[in-house]
Amino acid sequence: MKKNDIILLAVIIVASCVLLTVFCIAYLGSGGEVVVKVDGKEYARLPLDRDAELRIDSGHGYNLLIIKDGKAFISDASCPDLICVKTGYADELKSIVCLPNKVTVSIEK
Amino acid sequence: MSDKSSAKYAKKIAFCGVMTALAIVFGYVEHLIPIPIGIYGIKLGLANLVVVVMLYSFNWYTALSINLLRIFISFLLFGSATSFLYSLIGGILSFFIMLLIKSLKKPSFSAVGVSICGAVIHNLGQLFAAVLLLDELRIAFYLPVLIIVGAITGTLIGITATYILKAPIFKKT
Repeated sequence: MKKNDIILLAVIIVASCVLLTVFCIAYLGSGGEVVVKVDGKEYARLPLDRDAELRIDSGHGYNLLIIKDGKAFISDASCPDLICVKTGYADELKSIVCLPNKVTVSIEK
Repeated sequence: MSDKSSAKYAKKIAFCGVMTALAIVFGYVEHLIPIPIGIYGIKLGLANLVVVVMLYSFNWYTALSINLLRIFISFLLFGSATSFLYSLIGGILSFFIMLLIKSLKKPSFSAVGVSICGAVIHNLGQLFAAVLLLDELRIAFYLPVLIIVGAITGTLIGITATYILKAPIFKKT
């Protein structure tokens, strides 16, 4: 193993760490999209970085979707148990699901 | 052709055959042993060990033919068309980068540096192929991880190759 090999290894590792950091910052900085599905079919697709309100009429009932400050949640629904409201904010790993109305709200980057 | 030179020739052919077989077995064996670090598609690149050793102990076209034969035969034995394409792109790219790095005079690198570059470029080539084939740019996210992993496995393979090349049978004839 020569000195040049060690320099090469160090350069490669440092460069890829820098690249990884840049990628992560770019990824976290970009806003995602809110995808609303009814019965498994796409119903609406909204940008996460713009505040909006959407009344989802699924034919089984309604859910009121609010997008505020880069977060999406259901504020009101017609179903009796209101599990979708209690779920709180949706994120990439956690979708909001309303079984009675067959509505899902998920975040996609 | 005299008896002596034809005997030498036969010896070389037999040796290259054994090396090709070894490369195929290495490729198969490491496919059987998963590396449990939670990153998909990571392997040591043991087959590259054979290629690096051949590159240093024989000449570049012998090493290239062993590399190509390994890829083709592995495909015939246990591959699918897509995995063949991936390994062909990765194999050819990494081979020529290794050849280039090896021939550099200033700065010059040992077998370790050559193997590191080969492993990193192999991973990049496969990633590039995946982006092209799957038409999904988000895979590019994998890039820094694959570079780091390539650097580490390349170092290990390079150090191993350095030790192997000290064996008497690999002394340049």
